[in-house]
Amino acid sequence: MDFLRPTSLADALSAKADQPEAVPIAGGTDVMVELNFDHRRPSALLDLTRVPELATWEPTADGGTRLGAGVPYTRIITELGARLPGLAMAARTVGSPQIRNRGTVGGNLGAASPAGDTHPVLLAVDAAVELRSVRGTRVVPVREFYTGVKRSVLASDELITAVLLPRAGGPQQFSKVGTRNAMVIAVCSFGLALHPGDGTVGTGIGSAGPTPLRATEAEWFLTGELADGDLWESPKPLTDSVRRRFGELVAEAAAPIDDVRGSAAYRRHALSVLARRTLGWAWQDYRTGGDQRCA
Amino acid sequence: MRLNVTVNGEPRQAEDVWPGESLLYVLRERLGLPGSKNACEQGECGSCTVYLDGTPVCACLVAAGQAEGREVRTVEGLAEGEALDRVQQSFVDAGAVQCGFCTPGLVVAAHDLLARVPEPTDPEIREALAGNLCRCTGYEKILDAVRLAARR
Repeated sequence: MDFLRPTSLADALSAKADQPEAVPIAGGTDVMVELNFDHRRPSALLDLTRVPELATWEPTADGGTRLGAGVPYTRIITELGARLPGLAMAARTVGSPQIRNRGTVGGNLGAASPAGDTHPVLLAVDAAVELRSVRGTRVVPVREFYTGVKRSVLASDELITAVLLPRAGGPQQFSKVGTRNAMVIAVCSFGLALHPGDGTVGTGIGSAGPTPLRATEAEWFLTGELADGDLWESPKPLTDSVRRRFGELVAEAAAPIDDVRGSAAYRRHALSVLARRTLGWAWQDYRTGGDQRCA
Repeated sequence: MRLNVTVNGEPRQAEDVWPGESLLYVLRERLGLPGSKNACEQGECGSCTVYLDGTPVCACLVAAGQAEGREVRTVEGLAEGEALDRVQQSFVDAGAVQCGFCTPGLVVAAHDLLARVPEPTDPEIREALAGNLCRCTGYEKILDAVRLAARR
């Protein structure tokens, strides 16, 4: 097996072009499990931990954030909690301290597991994925990135180089169901972003379908309710029926299966609860201008 | 491949390394450092926790090739000569060791916590050790040991 160790992004891209079958490895939290258990024997590994361009983040001109694909979760939590509140919440729920020290959003996207913790938030905030190859750069909305179970639009000669996240214009939330707080693969998860600027809301459902999913009906419903009641301008508490209906529509948008972590029926029910609760927390934050609450 | 890695302050070389094998395998089977334990091989149990360039990681999830030129500190590198590190001594004094298999990983994780947070709260201790499993159900005494080490 070849072990490719580029020390610049240009070298990494040309290595991937020369050996498109090379498996990129950063934190190793997915790839090494496959290697340790003989589930995969790639002809080459492409180590991205020495590529400095991937390990940085910077503000963008429009107030958003360009997050390098190789920034570990621990740094998202410690450095980006205020800029990227929803993503930082999701990052806090990933694995354990050891896993968060190594794992990256780039790896979460590359694996494209429907259970990946960052997907619901990336969907809710309408993030975009920057993909590069020696042919050039393209930016794909995350809502178009996932194509199937552990599949994405990533081409064999491309690397995920960054995630582009818009400025957080309102409260964001993430919540996840599992058997304990740490070291849990989500049974189901939900991300929510309120966008007071244009009066819309964003959603993301994790681990309840072949890909991470949006709950578009729920988004339209809530956008309409907030507009009809003039609630962005005069934010009253949301009625129970609005929060409950939002939860029902999120559950209806899911496409879960029965598996070892939970039944489809349980996942639907739990999602309706997660959606109702996260909406309550986020709306409370919006009304009071208060601090983000950690799920 | 030949792997060059600094382990516990000493430059080491390992020959005939398959670059996809884990750093844990290199430490245990090629460099004779069996302190880091091999259990789950998937980052679930924390018993292989080592410092990699000063950051605690699961050695089973680091490819050997990724460790080239890096600095690794294992549980064997915490004591100064015969004098145990205060975390190790506290595990002994608090009776936090039952079968002992999880102990090296817990010691490294607790060592890192106290370096970052000298007076941790109980929730901070629990969070810091959340990636380390003890199947003898000895968590209460492990918490005692970390509290004791923090006072020392």
